[in-house]
Amino acid sequence: MTINELQDEIIEEFELFSDWMDKYENIIEIGKELPLIDPKYKVRDNLIKGCQSNVWLHQEFTDGKVIYTADSDAIITKGLISMMIKVLSGHTPTEIVESELYFIDTIGLQNHLSPNRSNGLLSMLKQMKISAAGFQSKEIKN
Amino acid sequence: MGSGLDIAKIRKDFPLLETQVYGKDIVYLDNGATTQKPLAVLQALDAYYTGYNSNVHRGVHLLSQQATAAYELSRKKVQAYINAAHDHEVIFTKGTTDSINLIASSFGRKYLNAGDSILISAMEHHSNIVPWQMICEERGAVLKVIPMDENGVLDMDLLPSLLDERVKLVSVTYVSNSLGTVNPVREIIRQAHALNIPVMIDAAQAIQHFPIDVQELDVDFMAFSGHKLYGPTGIGVLYGKEKLLNDLPPYQGGGDMIKTVTFEKTIYNELPYKFEAGTPDISGAIGLGIAIDYVNSLGLSEIQAAEHELVTYALAQLAEVEGIRFIGNAAERSSVVSFLLEGIHPYDLGELLDKQGIAIRTGHHCTEPVMDFFDIPGTCRASFAFYNTKEEIDVLVKGIKRAAAILI
Repeated sequence: MTINELQDEIIEEFELFSDWMDKYENIIEIGKELPLIDPKYKVRDNLIKGCQSNVWLHQEFTDGKVIYTADSDAIITKGLISMMIKVLSGHTPTEIVESELYFIDTIGLQNHLSPNRSNGLLSMLKQMKISAAGFQSKEIKN
Repeated sequence: MGSGLDIAKIRKDFPLLETQVYGKDIVYLDNGATTQKPLAVLQALDAYYTGYNSNVHRGVHLLSQQATAAYELSRKKVQAYINAAHDHEVIFTKGTTDSINLIASSFGRKYLNAGDSILISAMEHHSNIVPWQMICEERGAVLKVIPMDENGVLDMDLLPSLLDERVKLVSVTYVSNSLGTVNPVREIIRQAHALNIPVMIDAAQAIQHFPIDVQELDVDFMAFSGHKLYGPTGIGVLYGKEKLLNDLPPYQGGGDMIKTVTFEKTIYNELPYKFEAGTPDISGAIGLGIAIDYVNSLGLSEIQAAEHELVTYALAQLAEVEGIRFIGNAAERSSVVSFLLEGIHPYDLGELLDKQGIAIRTGHHCTEPVMDFFDIPGTCRASFAFYNTKEEIDVLVKGIKRAAAILI
């Protein structure tokens, strides 16, 4: 599936929930599907420090695709990063760099990407794109 | 044993308390971060900008005279509120942080030398740590810390050994923003003064909760913010004893703080203007004056009684929540309750309370060393003001239980 198809799938899933608490229960559920970072990569260099919750992110470039793994100490943050990885992981660096994430806005979680939010999500998204951009040179060589 | 305040009536003075978030009535329990503003303050800001907005201390025209009079009247209101000996001992600043930076810079440049030290406490807000670190680094001085115990109480037994002739100033918070502890500042001042060491008090979390008499306390410098005292943001106060302030060099240069300027030499203005460079926050100062009027109309002792009742009720109700752990268990405390639920990250809990219309604060509360001391990522903090109700605390407790059911 393309990045946008994956986003649309999440949007559709969230249309089932009108109550905020149900939405969050779903986010937490999605968090359980997060491809967890290998403990050996859970190091300071991979830590995206938010003011409140921390995110560890690792990326690998395999067969022309970027594969992300991550973890967080807060389970809602875990759900949010799980969704972002679900959408972006397994795509080419160019696809990731050129992607525009609209699903967060559409499902009403835009405040998590505002600078006010200190869950490290905005920094994580930036980091995902930066690392994808880093892999782009390899992509061209391939 | 309740306070004599008519809370239902008082709540009508605060338009924001009528607001809804996510379709629910707001339960605002983040008063430690900032308080809501009574209508009288909002009307005063409006009246200033619509009626007599003008720059102070400069114009010959009527509006400027009116603005100056209102600005200076607020200074007198602050003076009376803290019982300062003179109105020129009240310096208007941007807030507590600005006030502390002013003293750190002006005092540090004049008195701090290599090998000297500044003494703070283990429960300071970053605003009462970083400015001292900066000036200590600049001057080759050392920052020393009064430790605390696991209840969040300062280890006063160690104070005498920390006070020596190299300590040039002690700067401690009156009330901890993350633990709620009320510190024995009177005793700290007594011991420091015995060695002729001046003391600065960070009163950001104290000034809105109980009466402070700077002369009776004999405190040398004190800082607080208007917005935590039901006033506007952007205005704060530095109190300093006249003699000490006169001996300090200015903090910033610019308009209003000068008497005469030539390219060779500038003669500085007198107190308080020496420390108020540039156009001040005129509307903020006027709004703060009105906020003080409002607090006085309720009475600080009544406020204290109402808030004591709230925090006592909150502690009892919250204690019933399974897995709760209070961070900060001082006997002397303000209306702040910091807590954690076992196995739940404070951010997750804060997030789910928010969606239920309950505003609390989560995180390290700008006191990272306190979080490190307890080895926790942060806390959830509910902080109460007199306009809060027991019903709101019930909503909080219910909300926590609902969130916990989802998070565990």
